[in-house]
Amino acid sequence: MIEKVADNWRLRGQRYRLEGEVCPHCGAVIFPPRDICPECGKPAKEPKPLSGRGEVYSFSTVYSPPEGFEAYVPYTVALVKLEEGPMVTAQLTDVAPDEVEIGMKVEMVTRKLRARGEEGTIIYGYKFRPML
Amino acid sequence: MGEVKVMRSRRAVGIVGYGSYIPMYRLSDAEIARVWKGGGRGPVEEKAVAGLDEDTVTIAIEAARNALARAGIPSQALQAVWVGSESPPYAVKPASTLVAEAIGATPWHLAADFEFACKAGTEALQAAMGLVGSEMGDYALAIGADTAQGRPGDQLEYTAASGGTAFIVGPAEEALARCLGSLSYVTDTPDFWRRAYQHYPRHGGRFTGEPAYFHHIESAARALMEAMGMTAADFRYAVFHQPNVKFPRRVAKRLGFTPEQIAPGLLSGRIGNTYAGAAITGFSATLDVARPGDRILLVSFGSGAGSDAFVWEVTEKIEARRDLAPTVEAYIRRRVEIDYALYVRYRGKILMK
Amino acid sequence: MRKVAIIGIGQTKVGEHWSLGIRDLALQASLAALRDANLEKVDALYVGNMMSGEITGQEHLGALVADALGLRGVEAMKIEAACASGSAALRVGTLAVASGMADLVLVVGVEKMLDTSGRETTSALAMAADAEYEVSQGVSFVALNALLMRRYMHEYGWKREDFANFAVVAHENAMNNPNAMFHLRITPEKYAKAPMIATPVGLLDASPVSDGAAAVVLAPADYARTLSPAPVLIRASAVATAPVAVHDRKDPLALEAARLSARKAYEAAGVGPEAIDFFELHDAFTIMSALSLEAAGFAERGRGVALAVEGEITRTGRIPIATMGGLKARGHPVGATGMYQVVEAALQLRGLAGANQIPNARLGMTQNIGGSGATIITHILERMV
Repeated sequence: MIEKVADNWRLRGQRYRLEGEVCPHCGAVIFPPRDICPECGKPAKEPKPLSGRGEVYSFSTVYSPPEGFEAYVPYTVALVKLEEGPMVTAQLTDVAPDEVEIGMKVEMVTRKLRARGEEGTIIYGYKFRPML
Repeated sequence: MGEVKVMRSRRAVGIVGYGSYIPMYRLSDAEIARVWKGGGRGPVEEKAVAGLDEDTVTIAIEAARNALARAGIPSQALQAVWVGSESPPYAVKPASTLVAEAIGATPWHLAADFEFACKAGTEALQAAMGLVGSEMGDYALAIGADTAQGRPGDQLEYTAASGGTAFIVGPAEEALARCLGSLSYVTDTPDFWRRAYQHYPRHGGRFTGEPAYFHHIESAARALMEAMGMTAADFRYAVFHQPNVKFPRRVAKRLGFTPEQIAPGLLSGRIGNTYAGAAITGFSATLDVARPGDRILLVSFGSGAGSDAFVWEVTEKIEARRDLAPTVEAYIRRRVEIDYALYVRYRGKILMK
Repeated sequence: MRKVAIIGIGQTKVGEHWSLGIRDLALQASLAALRDANLEKVDALYVGNMMSGEITGQEHLGALVADALGLRGVEAMKIEAACASGSAALRVGTLAVASGMADLVLVVGVEKMLDTSGRETTSALAMAADAEYEVSQGVSFVALNALLMRRYMHEYGWKREDFANFAVVAHENAMNNPNAMFHLRITPEKYAKAPMIATPVGLLDASPVSDGAAAVVLAPADYARTLSPAPVLIRASAVATAPVAVHDRKDPLALEAARLSARKAYEAAGVGPEAIDFFELHDAFTIMSALSLEAAGFAERGRGVALAVEGEITRTGRIPIATMGGLKARGHPVGATGMYQVVEAALQLRGLAGANQIPNARLGMTQNIGGSGATIITHILERMV
């Protein structure tokens, strides 16, 4: 049986290890990776590993999830401002919803995002947890 | 019975980095006993339970990142990524490639998953020593990790836990613990198994004790110590596979080790049996407190059955590297108690469709 | 460029249309608009719609609706810009008439959301966000708004209860709109007790999932008066965009595309916010009302909520919003919403808004938001007679 896999596969670098880019022209750190630097508009394709450290800019606990995330509710999503500058949308993990606050220091971990049913692939990616 | 074969590599090797991971959820044996026996206790106090978004791969990834942090080498320097587990998330498709991709080691390295029940991790460790010791490579990553499942209500449910440890094997001169010798002792002994497509394992009850656990660990430990001219007194610490608390204590006593020698590495009372992660996470916790010059005996046991034994000598490099990643104790202290209902949800024991 | 006017309007009731499919809904609103314009034929048809493919399994709405209307051979296509699809279709229709490439254009916004389960609808709505970097993380569309609302409360010191009036006023206004989904007054107490969908967004912060369709007929303003007794001039039509993902925006609370599109619209109309008599804004979530009011120049940054707290958004306040119930209470059939805003604004400007009539309304503004703020379309409409 043929399944959809390439959509997640092609993003494995950024998903699994938060691989970003640095602009060779203005030095801006970029995540998610893109071909044009959002700061100076010039081409930017140089990979840059990010520290994975950041802080919570905002957060929300989801009770009514999109398809594929039913098994995980309630879970908390956040905008995380990374140490290097970029903002990223991700789940918080290993933390109870009422323990989260804006400004909380967090670090990246690679976790299971969801599975495509019982038989499909398992999708892994970055999440953030309170700094150990 | 043949000749005892101690493995010593051409090039001296050791552990240049180590790291562990233990999920933060804890289920107490008292809670399991409440559900299945109306009260009472079990063989351990509590066990570590993986969260909804955790599995062997995610545990292995964090352990590997900790090992890399302590080793201080770039992940691209690794020439092998080997993951030993009896609970990989895929039946077909390696966990090792996922781990390697997540730590940025791909693509120029060996990768494979090892399976030998609870000793898959030490099997991977020996293979890594072989690779580096033969000079086919300079650094190899060996991981043992599991999210073990016990049948609800079965004796195993009280102990089957989640966790794992990773080692980066490299040249002895860079090591924080040198390997002085290692061997394996294996026979075909069906004490515990899980057939294909079955969710839960089966075991031989009391058969898992003397003919399996004790026979293999004792045989391997005695043979290695004898071959190296050592006794229990030559070691500061010893770590044995720990399916519960009783077995490792008993085997330690039989081999002449004191309770103090096994204390730092005996974690099962607090985290349960992490299967392929069990003995090596005990070893990791022991490295967390060891001093340069300390000798450590490590003996794993894998059902089916076999034991891998190692003699380690800690070097002065331990002091500077220890604090570069969280200790096992830090992970054990990070703890959130859950009840049986959350546990069955986290471990996928509720029929959702 | 020619000036463009609205010469006919039509709408279905917003709600749960179990017996009507997407084609039926589009047909009803379109026929009503054609009847209002006293026309049977047009030169072109633009259908604003977001999720027909995902929900109904039907794309290619242009030809589908044209055929249903009996408009054999007419130019027709679907226009999509997430929740701003309705206004986007109007924008395309306006371009067609303004350029002289068409004279009479029918624009219909339609959405059929209830032919599927709630979870599938949640997923379909999430397609307005960044699939690879937002939705993949389990972020629902509601959650994106929740992230903005939480940060807004944090930065400006507002409490959740302060947003209540956006919902209360919308429900109050919907009482007199026969086409609204809800005819149900709510109170700040009820708002406070509503269950959470994604904290801090509760059920009464959010607009409902609905079916509906609304349509207008456009004609050159020059001879609009010969076709309609009460034409409405499109004084300005402006589109601006921002990054689809909230995390890619430099200043997530600024709603930059709203500011840009409002500025372009003000410039085109030659007026400022003080000239606007009422504002049909995109109150899909209470936080969007606050941000939209600020971006369009009706409040200082961080003060959008103050307009609600101080009662300035009611029909007699400084800037009446959601005068027929808004997205919150009239309902939010996403791809149709922009067209409902325009149809309702036209009703106000024709003086046909009944009990909700804004006295002497001359200039009305609509603002339709696609996604969490990525496509924002502003129209300024003016009474012609």
